[in-house]
This record gives sequence, structure tokens and C-alpha cells, in this order.
Amino acid sequence: MALRNGGKTEGEHESVPFSKPKGRWLLLTVRIVAFLATASATIVMALNKETKTLVVATIGSTPITLTLTAKFQHTPAFVFFVIANANASFHNLLMILVEICGNKLDYKGLRLVLVAVFDMMAVVLASAGDGAATFMAELGKRGNSHARWNKICDKFDSYCDRGGWALIASYIGLSLLTLISALSMIRLMKPKPANQPTTIP
Amino acid sequence: MEKNPKRILALLLRVLALGAAVSATIVMATSHERANFFTASFEAEYSDTPAFKYFVIVNAVVSAYSLIALFVPWGSLLRRLLVTLDLLVTMLLTSSISAALAIAQVGKKGNSHAGWLPICGQVPKYCDHVTGALAAGFAAVIIYTILLMFSVHSVLNDLLN
Repeated sequence: MALRNGGKTEGEHESVPFSKPKGRWLLLTVRIVAFLATASATIVMALNKETKTLVVATIGSTPITLTLTAKFQHTPAFVFFVIANANASFHNLLMILVEICGNKLDYKGLRLVLVAVFDMMAVVLASAGDGAATFMAELGKRGNSHARWNKICDKFDSYCDRGGWALIASYIGLSLLTLISALSMIRLMKPKPANQPTTIP
Repeated sequence: MEKNPKRILALLLRVLALGAAVSATIVMATSHERANFFTASFEAEYSDTPAFKYFVIVNAVVSAYSLIALFVPWGSLLRRLLVTLDLLVTMLLTSSISAALAIAQVGKKGNSHAGWLPICGQVPKYCDHVTGALAAGFAAVIIYTILLMFSVHSVLNDLLN
């Protein structure tokens, strides 16, 4: 894709959307909030663990206890959730750094295109992680009578609560990431200069 | 005239995506098996699991969207809207395939920590059927990701050239 005026990002300051300081700060703020959301989702889910000891039988006076743990590593869906959100937050961090200090780095105008493409890929990845974790959490909360899978949330309620909070944070991060992706795509669309003849597609 | 091969390629990709989404919907919706397990009968259907229901619904919506998007005129304002809708649809598709894969993995391997037994031993044909539907869904995801990049590229080309 050949871009005219590729290197002159300073010259057409007014015509490119989101290049004025106010637009740039808006995009940067949304990115920071999205980074916080996805990072908190990762951390809350990664530290999600609950231990419960049950007394199974009593021999004489000594009770026999059984210790059950619920960890996020037990479920591949939650492992994928943690990995996807970690990748999304790393992407957000990288894009924040590129916004702040990357104004001089440009190669034929490819910087904005790459940012838009990576934003789209991050949206896709985050949505996959969310989808898997949502339905796995629903299975844990309600069980499945047809497959005879019992629900586990009545025994491990704080594990389920924390998983729910991680999911909510991740959904906030996902919606903000979609917004960021749309804004990045809008930023790519430079308006046509008025003194050039319009081409008939 | 150099735009014509790109248009044909974009059209071809959309037709492929339509085919993949339609086949994923139909194969998943027709998965049904009844097995007799000692005295109790065990019936497996796609509507037993909300994840599979979500998969069918999303793929049906994506098929309808692909069919409509085949007939949008080139160069109009609707083409730009199509890029945004393509992103949303790709997002929906990935979340549906991911959810269905998560539940199918539990069905195939079980989860010993939660005390969930795998069900594929009792209804093997249902499991194979669902695997086929998931493969079609995965193909739809890949084709739609390529199509998304293609749509963004073509819209930007229309704007800049």
C-alpha cells in the first residue's frame, strides 16, 4: 500500500484525526484504563486459589480430613484466559510506550498501520480468552445435569467470586480494546486533499 | 483494472467464510446421539450445553451477515461500515469457538479436580460430530481474520488512492 506524504507526519497536523494533543490524550487515557483492566484481570485470576478441608470420617477421637484445593491451573480454559489477558495487557503497555515516545520512529507511515493491525489482533485474542472463561465459569456455577457434572461454586464460593471479578475486569478491558481498535482505524483514514482530483474507484 | 483481482479475491474469501459458517451451524445443530448405559439411557444433544448453543447462534448470525455482505456495492459508504462489522463478527466467532472448545475439552478429558467425568466414552459418535463442527468453526475464524485484514486494506486503498 503506497502512502503519499509518508514521512511528513508533522506537516499535516490538522487533517489527521487524533493527532492534535487533545485527541492523542484521549486515546492514551483509554489505553491506560484498558491496560489496568486487563492487567488486573490477569493478576486476580492468576492468584485465584482456595483450599478447603473436609472431615470425612472420625476414628476414635482423631478426625480424618480431606483437603481440596481449587486452583486456576486445574482448568485449561482459565489458563488460556490468564495467558490471553497477559498478552493483551502487554500489548497495551507496548502501545502506550509507542504513543508516548515513538513519534520520531516512523517507516513510510507504517507505524499507524501496524498499531491498528496489532490492536485488532489483541481484540480477537482477548475475546477468545473471555469466551472460554465465561462458559467454563457458567459450568462451574450451574453444573450440567445432562452430563452429570456437579457444580463446584457452592463449595468454593470465594474462588468463584474472584473468578467472576476477573471476568468482569476482562470484559471492561475487551470493550475498551474494541474502542481503541476503532479509534486506531479512524486515525488511519486521512481525508483526501481538496486540490487533488478525486479518482473514480 | 488492477482492482478487479482484489475484488474477486475478497468475494472468494467471503464465499468461503459463508460456507464454513453455514457448515459449522448445521453440523453442530444436527449432533444428537442416544446411548444406553446399563439401565439408564444417556442422550447427548447440542442444546445440553450453553456453550454449544452460543456456537450455533453465533455461526448462524455470521452466515446471515456473510450472505448480506456479499451484495454490498463497492466503493459505497456501506463498505466502510463493513470493516467495523467485520471486526465485531471476528470477535464473536473467536469467542464462540473458544467457548465451545473449552467445554468440548472437558467433555473429552474430564476434569478430575472437579470430579467431572468425560462423556466421550459413552457417546463417541456425538463427540466426533461435534469435533467436525468445531473444525468448521475454526476454519471460519481463520478465514474471517484474513478477510478482516483484507477489508481494512481495501478500504484504506480506496481512501488514499
